[in-house]
Amino acid sequence: MKDNPSRPFYLVPYYLWIALFVIAPITLIFYFSFLDLTGAFTLENYQNFFSSVYLRMTLSSFWYAFLITLITILIAYPTAYWLTKTKHKQLWLLLIIIPSWINLLLKAYAFIGIFGLYGPANKLLQTLGAGPWQILFTDFSFIFVSVYIFIPFMVLPIFNSLDKINPALIDASRDLGASSFTTFRRVIFPLAINGVKSGVQAVFIPALSLFVITRLIAGNKVITLGTAIEQQFLVTQNWGMGSTIAMFLILFMIIIMMLTGQKEKGGSYNGKTK
Amino acid sequence: MAKLSKPAKIYLALVFAILYAPIFYLIFYSFNSGGTMSSFEGFTLEHYAAVFNDTRLLIILMNTVIVALLSSLISTAIGVLGAIGIVFLRNRKTRNAVLSLNTILIVSPDVIIGASFLILFTMIGVKLGFASVLISHIAFSIPIVVIMVLPKLQEMSHSLIDAATDLGASKRDILTRVIIPYIKPGIFAGFFLALTYSLDDFAVTFFVTGNGFSTLSIEIYSMARAGITLTINALSALIFAVTLGLVLGYYFFTQRAGQSPGTGGAKV
Repeated sequence: MKDNPSRPFYLVPYYLWIALFVIAPITLIFYFSFLDLTGAFTLENYQNFFSSVYLRMTLSSFWYAFLITLITILIAYPTAYWLTKTKHKQLWLLLIIIPSWINLLLKAYAFIGIFGLYGPANKLLQTLGAGPWQILFTDFSFIFVSVYIFIPFMVLPIFNSLDKINPALIDASRDLGASSFTTFRRVIFPLAINGVKSGVQAVFIPALSLFVITRLIAGNKVITLGTAIEQQFLVTQNWGMGSTIAMFLILFMIIIMMLTGQKEKGGSYNGKTK
Repeated sequence: MAKLSKPAKIYLALVFAILYAPIFYLIFYSFNSGGTMSSFEGFTLEHYAAVFNDTRLLIILMNTVIVALLSSLISTAIGVLGAIGIVFLRNRKTRNAVLSLNTILIVSPDVIIGASFLILFTMIGVKLGFASVLISHIAFSIPIVVIMVLPKLQEMSHSLIDAATDLGASKRDILTRVIIPYIKPGIFAGFFLALTYSLDDFAVTFFVTGNGFSTLSIEIYSMARAGITLTINALSALIFAVTLGLVLGYYFFTQRAGQSPGTGGAKV
């Protein structure tokens, strides 16, 4: 595209969008994180963030996100692996993805019924001889529902990277005498690690920031970073503190993306670096 | 390729069952004449009737559809022009910088988008309600459209444009007769994706909607917080059908566009 005249006028609305809705909002969050309730400049929010209350909240949010991500990988990896071996794999993959398009609220709502005191989960427990338990509003239900919601987001990238592996490599490994386990550990797993990384990106950050699941399923038992931000902005109306937590969430997000970042991105949109 | 072993098949069946059970559970109880989601008493369509007789709910539904259609149309227009502009950017550094800025809203968690937009609208004095919701939806859909259109533009051979120029086409002709027809599948895919994102969004809308204006997901959230109402079940059955239609439509267009379908991002 060398000799083509650049056409900046195409870009005017787009650049306006970048200025107004990408740069301005981040700047505003940054600015507000230094304001107290009266709107005066302060560093108190940052001090508060390092107090025990917020640190504990951050740690527990990370712990939950870690557990959720780990369990999701454990469930999604075999799913993706076996899916690549089915006959109509693209169709099966589509079927895995469809539930991820159903509104999150509806899925969470379904679990209010399923985990309810008289719901199917408790009925099952009762036929097994265990009494009705309070399942809803516990951290178990929070983790279960989160894992349920994130499975498709983990299966898809792992499937894609497993599917890209040249079968000749696996045959070669077998021919050279490797057992299936060795083949998996030394050939398949390293080749598909980028899929796991993208999956972690797609699961860990939302697990830190979603507030719908905590509100509907976990009651007030679990407070994630997202829940805290929502609380500060919409309930307490302390935008300064909310912005400070948001700044840290952005920071964690950047760190996670750098840790799971890949030299050669799988996304089709990142091309053009020849 | 090796055939699947029995445990593998059972495992996959189990995963599918777990993924779909809650959805069918919801739909199943939407036909329950008892008022609960635990004991099925008899078949009824009264909850569907309740949905269609509830004027407030219908107005909210209309709001949701209007916001979704308008925001995806406008964001598609801005996004397509933006993508064309990006491809023609000569300086590679600028191009990469613009592309990175483009991805920010896609990777940002919804709470942050919502909270920062709330500050923005309050600062510049946009009244919270229809306008703020519509603008937010346009804002978070634009980068998605750009990403859906870019690959198509990049694969387009430049000689097509050269040929058109040689044959005397004006810039406008090149845009409307050469570029746009070529990237059409990408445009449709972007539009569909923007539409589903808008219909699906809860968190961003939750932040920027005022008291007077409500979309379907906001309404479902407040109903769900109050407890179980089978009207939600009837609604979810209807939404499931619509979603399925949209997803299939989206796949149809991306298949034609020759792109591997995305996850729909982490827009959960």
